[in-house]
Amino acid sequence: MSDLLKVENLSVRFEVKRGGGWNKKCYLYAVDDVSFTVKKGETLAIVGESGSGKTTAALAVARLVKAHSGTVALAGENILQKEAEDLRQTRQKVQFIFQDPYSSLNPRKRAEAIVREPLDSLSQKTEVEKAKIVDELFEAVGLRPEQQRLFPHQFSGGQRQRIGIARALATQPELIICDEPVSALDVAVQAQILNLLRKLQKNFGLTYLFISHDLGVVQHMSDSIAVMYMGRVVEHADRLSLFQTPRHPYTQALLSAVPTVDRAKRAQQKRILIPGDPPDPVNLPLGCRFANRCPVAEAICQTVEPELKSDANGHRTACHLV
Amino acid sequence: MSHLLEVKNLRIELTTRDGVAPVIDDLSFTLNPGETLSFVGESGCGKSMTALALMGLLPEKVGRVAAGNIIFNGEDLSQASDQRLRAIRGNDISMIFQEPMTSLNPVFTIGEQIAEVLRAHQGLSRRTAWAQAIELLDAVRIPNAKDRVSDYPFQMSGGQRQRAMIAMALACQPKILIADEPTTALDVTVQAQIFDLLTDLRNQTGAAIILITHDMGAVAEMAERMIVMYAGRKAELGPVDQIIEHPRHPYTKGLIECVPHIQSNPSIERHDLVEVPGIVPSLREFGKDQCLFASRCAYLTEACLTSRPDEKHFANGQSADCWHAEAI
Amino acid sequence: MTRPFIHEEETPQAQHPFTEAWSMFRKNKSAVGALGLLTLITFGAIFGPYLYPTDPFEMVWMPFSPPGQEGFLLGTDYLGRDLLAMIINGAKVSLMIGLSAAVMTVFIGVTVGALAGFYQGIVEEVLMRITEFFQVLPTLLFSMVLVALFGASMPMITFAIGIVSWTAVARITRSEFLRIRELEYVMASRASGASNLKLMVGVILPNALPPIIVQSALMVGSAILFEAGLSFLGLTDPNVVSWGQIIGSNRQYILDAGYTVTIPGIAIFITVLAISLVGDGLNDALNPKLRQR
Repeated sequence: MSDLLKVENLSVRFEVKRGGGWNKKCYLYAVDDVSFTVKKGETLAIVGESGSGKTTAALAVARLVKAHSGTVALAGENILQKEAEDLRQTRQKVQFIFQDPYSSLNPRKRAEAIVREPLDSLSQKTEVEKAKIVDELFEAVGLRPEQQRLFPHQFSGGQRQRIGIARALATQPELIICDEPVSALDVAVQAQILNLLRKLQKNFGLTYLFISHDLGVVQHMSDSIAVMYMGRVVEHADRLSLFQTPRHPYTQALLSAVPTVDRAKRAQQKRILIPGDPPDPVNLPLGCRFANRCPVAEAICQTVEPELKSDANGHRTACHLV
Repeated sequence: MSHLLEVKNLRIELTTRDGVAPVIDDLSFTLNPGETLSFVGESGCGKSMTALALMGLLPEKVGRVAAGNIIFNGEDLSQASDQRLRAIRGNDISMIFQEPMTSLNPVFTIGEQIAEVLRAHQGLSRRTAWAQAIELLDAVRIPNAKDRVSDYPFQMSGGQRQRAMIAMALACQPKILIADEPTTALDVTVQAQIFDLLTDLRNQTGAAIILITHDMGAVAEMAERMIVMYAGRKAELGPVDQIIEHPRHPYTKGLIECVPHIQSNPSIERHDLVEVPGIVPSLREFGKDQCLFASRCAYLTEACLTSRPDEKHFANGQSADCWHAEAI
Repeated sequence: MTRPFIHEEETPQAQHPFTEAWSMFRKNKSAVGALGLLTLITFGAIFGPYLYPTDPFEMVWMPFSPPGQEGFLLGTDYLGRDLLAMIINGAKVSLMIGLSAAVMTVFIGVTVGALAGFYQGIVEEVLMRITEFFQVLPTLLFSMVLVALFGASMPMITFAIGIVSWTAVARITRSEFLRIRELEYVMASRASGASNLKLMVGVILPNALPPIIVQSALMVGSAILFEAGLSFLGLTDPNVVSWGQIIGSNRQYILDAGYTVTIPGIAIFITVLAISLVGDGLNDALNPKLRQR
């Protein structure tokens, strides 16, 4: 299938103030020269730990933070250049599902008004049409019609996330960005939301950019995966290839660090512990960003930053030793 | 072997706007020296409340031990005076929390905070306490402990702060360490470090660990026995591996199956996750004479709605509070 | 099969946050009492002059007739004017000035605070420096100069009070905006294509209102006090009567006829206290942290 989203050399930087009183300007590259593509109807997961830049990358794709450089092409059109009316059109096509169902809904609005908001701002539909769409959306995400009149605090966490999903679906977007959509929910409720997201994808042919730190969830949800570390994509491959043959030492460590209930797996697999903490994101090391924690680092890793190279099957890895 | 801790028929009541609710309802368990016992369940099931009760830290005026005993080393903590509890807290039983940033005092250095605990409980001099603080930081694998001891909490990363918390909790060589979601706020690679550390420390010091978590994976990695809590009641208790292999309570089964566990060789076909429909009941429902899981349960029968299930016993100390435990 | 409780199925009553706040407010006995008192005072200020139609400027009797004598409930002042009539008519002026100064305060304060908190950067720098400028002005002196220069008319006095009091509202609004603009539902509205104006007025402001409402309630009280202070110093419109003015004009006789000063003083005291108590009650009712349990 064709690529719906094509992100090339995307960088996002933030100004940070460092130094005692001198306020020296420094830049923190939260996303540094990142490229990936998402095929129509599929799910790309971006995995990483805190500070990896995965959420910032997603926000930049949705034009919710300003990209410093690079292109984000949605169905062939660079959306980073769009302004005013064009930007409104683009916003219809890219919608966001937020992590925290408690802070992502306006507490002063009724559920129905929250779901209708994108329609109010972005479409020229009549009130009757909007009401009909809201009805359909409530049904699609498993909420009952009489719940439309309620305020967010009257819903449970899982129900609130359903409202957030309904809101994201309102404008029939081509791309939905899910930023840790279940990490704030209880485990039993997580399954309900994950199943809903997959069902909606199947029914409406949705394309997801799925941000998560939970590798189990990612394995279940995605078709391909990009692993990020310190603002960079270190590995990018399709689902089977990444989980069967993880190549980057960071990916390997990440996978082995996940606690598992599978006793056989625990017995056979030795956990790769990566010591220490990530480097200071403002004063990045010269070479590979993972080198200071990498169990197999060599001399070259300290001096030369590895590039993301693809093998014949499209499994891309940024490591000198692969 | 005598038990280090024995909790008998514990009932804890919380006074809310809607009346008195039993947030812990008839809970009994034992803990042996050097053992790791895990409490599992969703939020609002009474996991943390158990920990607070053991520490004698129930919210004042709102929560109280209504019945039952907490017997630690032959002494009933539910009857102990505040003064006695203060002496035990941090000394014999200590606790680490979910968010290390808010549980460390931001205006004192790490060293000062650890030394303070040592001086308060063990009467050490300022100098010895400081020296021991450095040793402790070293023991929890904080690099350059000598320099880092005078860092403030904000100067450390999340993982290091949790290590510092652990150092503080271990300062007086407690017999029981309660860890309430110790890694929930941390990244998975850091979580692996912390688990590794906790296991090593347990083996060195012989302390028993009570691990409170919602993550079945963490339980499987860390604990020998587990207690599944639901709506203030024990749903299932037993050896971890045995329960994961064959859960006898539908809630345990749901908790294990609803999580997409990572597989090293995933299949191309993906099935829907098993859902546990609904949510944990509100406190108003707690204490009813029926199975509180009934409304979410696939095995529901008339019996579940008319009386609270009995404990059914299985091999190796596994027990489940479900009318249908044998059939599952 | 009957199910005893099914959590996902039960539909709670839709309740607007303000309805909830009201039920919270009702629990605060002193605030409810104060609100009743305030209603009474307002009622008296509006309808009093019709119910007790004595002209407050007319010299109706001998000066310094003590309260209760000769049919004058509160006595007469140094010119022989009926003090009760003056208090009743003064209430309207005092409350009007208090209210309109508070409205002006909120208007300036919210505008400045919202712009500063929303746009940040250079806009914030400039606006906050202006706010600080007004904050460090000696407020009484500045208002006195304004009134002395431009004349002691009602609108001018209101303006003079408002212009020196808005900084607190601006600071509160700014800090609320700074906090709320980072919440995800604001981001969600942005993703839904909301304009900046809509984000500010339609999304952030309603959520920032509680502390602003509390502050502006207290502002009414302090504006009444401020007006009293100005009147006391003689900076007042001689054609109207206000509580502060009664105190001001009778101040020479405080030792001989204390009641001429005490009675309007008590009126101010009771009104401002009632306003503060209501503000306090609002604070409890609108503070979501207290509402939790």
